Amino acid sequence: MSVYEIAGRSFSSRLWVGSGKYPNFSIMKDALDASGAEIVTVAVRRVDLNDDSKEGFWAFFDREKYTILPNTAGCFDVKSTVTTARLAREATGSDMVKVEVIGDESTLFPDNERLLEACKILLEDGFIVLPYCIDDPVICQKLEDLGCHAVMPLAAPIGSGLGIRNPYNLKIILQKISIPVIVDAGVGTASDAAIAMELGSTAVLMQTAIAGANDPVKMALAMKKGIEGGRLAFESGRIPTKLFGEASSPLEGIIGS
Amino acid sequence: MRLSINGEMKTFTNSINLSKLLEILNIQINGVAVAINMEIVSRNKYNETILNDEDEIEIVRAVGGG
Repeated sequence: MSVYEIAGRSFSSRLWVGSGKYPNFSIMKDALDASGAEIVTVAVRRVDLNDDSKEGFWAFFDREKYTILPNTAGCFDVKSTVTTARLAREATGSDMVKVEVIGDESTLFPDNERLLEACKILLEDGFIVLPYCIDDPVICQKLEDLGCHAVMPLAAPIGSGLGIRNPYNLKIILQKISIPVIVDAGVGTASDAAIAMELGSTAVLMQTAIAGANDPVKMALAMKKGIEGGRLAFESGRIPTKLFGEASSPLEGIIGS
Repeated sequence: MRLSINGEMKTFTNSINLSKLLEILNIQINGVAVAINMEIVSRNKYNETILNDEDEIEIVRAVGGG
């Protein structure tokens, strides 16, 4: 299977995974291992001033193994998005950022205008900018024109498990956009991820589908296989669809004919 | 001197720098990032960054997230 590049950096795993909401850190570690992911997202949050415990997330997270992609989850305005991204860069040493600027709390859909503004500032500040956006070809084009290093259109609302709600929009985005397209949010099961890959997506980012599954480690493996299958199918060049049937066994020598 | 630290108001009798504050709060510098009044402070400047009355300080770290 082919490798791909994000901002000149080469990756082979097309499954990107989030590191939150697992039943415990040990399961998180095993699920990340099973997924084969190279890129893992993290969030940035206040240190708990009343908690002295040293045992936490980083004890179970191998920093050497994964490329950390901080997000700006929880931000609704440009200033806090930009500040969060800068704090994340300082805290993790990563110059990549998944830019989330939320416009509506119930759907967690992004605010387009604020997203564009935040991305512009972060690009000027030297970040590798990967915007989480609605699956609209127009906003994806604007983000590409701005200089973003990829677009991350949502398949469905975060955590909804609905899968690729609008495959036609995704197909249009994949035809029009030249930078990598990483389907982010809303994936529920392995076939959803496979569909995203069969359409031609560069990669898929998911978290809840794995962390929230009854067996996150098994689901991580399922997603890995689903994504590999979908990508291989895409690279193989599928048959066209037809309205009517065409025999797949020979027409000559039929018994009793 | 009153400082807002991660949304909580705390009072300090003497002037302190950011390094000292983190020490008082028992926070390891490794893996954290600090913003004062929404401006990020580079790790190598913690010693020379003196805190002022009513400064709003955010001390953050990376956690699991999607």
